[in-house]
Amino acid sequence: MSNVLSVQDLSVAFHTRAGVVHALDRVGFTVGAGETLALVGESGSGKSVTAYAIMGLLEAAGQVTGGRALLGEIDLLAASPAALARIRGKRVAMIFQNPRTALNPIRPVGTQIADVMRRHGGATWFNARDRAIEALRAVGIPDPARRARAYPFELSGGMCQRVMIAIAMAARPDLLIADEPTTGLDVTTQAVVMDLIAEMAAQTGMATILITHDLALAAERARRIAVMHAGHVVEVAETATLLARPMHPYSARLIAATPTAAGALDDLQSVPGALPDLRGTIIPACRYAARCDRRQADCGETLHPHEAEPGHSIACHHPLGVAA
Amino acid sequence: MTPLLELDAVSKRFPLGRRRLFAKAPPPEVHAVSEVSLTVHAGETVGLVGESGCGKSTLVRLITRLLDTTEGTIWFNRREISGVPARFFARDTNRADIQMVFQDAGESINPRFTAADAIADPLRKLLGLRGAALQARVEEAATQCGLPLTLLGRYPHQLSGGQRARVGIARAISTHPRLLVLDEPTAALDVSVQVTVLKLLQQLKAELGLSYIFVSHDLNVVRLLCDRVVVMYLGRVVESGPAQQVFEAPRHPYTKSLIAAVPRLEGTRPTAPRLVGDPRSPIDPNPNACRFHGRCPAGFDRCGTAMPALREVAPGHLAACHLND
Repeated sequence: MSNVLSVQDLSVAFHTRAGVVHALDRVGFTVGAGETLALVGESGSGKSVTAYAIMGLLEAAGQVTGGRALLGEIDLLAASPAALARIRGKRVAMIFQNPRTALNPIRPVGTQIADVMRRHGGATWFNARDRAIEALRAVGIPDPARRARAYPFELSGGMCQRVMIAIAMAARPDLLIADEPTTGLDVTTQAVVMDLIAEMAAQTGMATILITHDLALAAERARRIAVMHAGHVVEVAETATLLARPMHPYSARLIAATPTAAGALDDLQSVPGALPDLRGTIIPACRYAARCDRRQADCGETLHPHEAEPGHSIACHHPLGVAA
Repeated sequence: MTPLLELDAVSKRFPLGRRRLFAKAPPPEVHAVSEVSLTVHAGETVGLVGESGCGKSTLVRLITRLLDTTEGTIWFNRREISGVPARFFARDTNRADIQMVFQDAGESINPRFTAADAIADPLRKLLGLRGAALQARVEEAATQCGLPLTLLGRYPHQLSGGQRARVGIARAISTHPRLLVLDEPTAALDVSVQVTVLKLLQQLKAELGLSYIFVSHDLNVVRLLCDRVVVMYLGRVVESGPAQQVFEAPRHPYTKSLIAAVPRLEGTRPTAPRLVGDPRSPIDPNPNACRFHGRCPAGFDRCGTAMPALREVAPGHLAACHLND
């Protein structure tokens, strides 16, 4: 399977009044065509920053300090603003958290879809409107001709998210980045929206990066999961492998904290401690070490993500399930 | 055993506009809560689940007496509290007994109050405490909630999400209430923090003998914490019963779809049909049709002509569906 996107050693720093925050450190992963990769982690783990960096949407304080994000032959991190503008929305599209605020509140949703259709979807002035209505129909919105004239506030959260998906899919992108696409939606709506994304991906062979804090949602929807903690990718593996045999202590803790359909409250365990302070220059090599109960003397030494077994990479000196 | 809280056929309708003089018909009404009956016994945790717009929040506001009922009665501790208008209930003798923990403590705590002020506020206003007695109670509540006393001088933005959640809970339990209404208390938290807050709630309930009404749309969390669950759809209770039983053997198609939609860590999902579409309008709904009719995967003709009654399908397990006849 060919990689649609390959992120290598992506580092991002934010310059703030309180100092330089090293938000991402040597983040790496790949996504293949038709594949769904989930980026999972607590808030503050750098999931969204990763997405924003790839899309070139970091705010002014944020700066990519190293690494590459290869979309085919093009390095998105080195691309000129003009080149990026041609790629964004056409080859790489993004669905944002909270669709109500991501859509333009003062323009009808049909017009917003038509804009993208004209810019990237090869539509003309004359057929953009029809193409927009067609796109609304494709994402399962009833009575699309009428809904095309509606403003975001007139639609429910689930409907707005479908409009976002219609916009993202307008140019049939190679890669879709979905940043918490169902946070704030009801579980029933969540299931429908996720089904829709999966259906679109299956139709066009699109790769999907699903960013979520919900490990259960990732488990259900993604073929592979990358676990992030404090700006590091600590473990990447196929979903079933990760859930059955997590090798990084943090992944294991995260699984133990997630409520399931079985089990009691007493079976659940919290992850002790909090994310480390990422300001300044003295940041531990393993950013999980301070929270880890398997910490040993050499945990302060330089840490490189490595493949522990085929398709299963971790960043830990003392992984679980391996004789110390 | 007399229940701590009892709701008898409680309804809340919001008129859309005023009734005009000489108008032929009254204005249309939003039926937010319709004929909900519910009991909460001392020491019990009742979960309230349903999609957004199903009337959960309105029901909670009726129970906490922030809103007046249109019909029906609410009894608390053998006293009818639905007779007291909401604007007088703020100074009622039972005000301190029914407290609420709001969704997202970051938004619901006054940003210009320190943690200590936030916890002290209900004690000052409802119990009239001052000085050393007040401080003792604030520290007692903070300690019970596992909030270090050194954090009491901080403002909400200086606290982490988990700490803010603890302030919200400490504020609610400071008046020694008997019933705590929790509106999605962990919705804004990461799983790692959520576990500690859920365990805190479980521990407080055992220590203080509290009863909970737990509102959430995270069914996995409801299942962990609740003895009984009440499932609402468009203002009506469609199913209620012991939590374990409702989750393992739901008897209403809506409950089945709701449970099937929850993502599972195991990756396997039961093969119940997806719920598509949106709920129907709550404005003057047809009184002779099931409110789930039209969206229900198992609906048939009778669902459009008769409202199914809430009937017992197993001991303590009620469901409102014609399929159970």
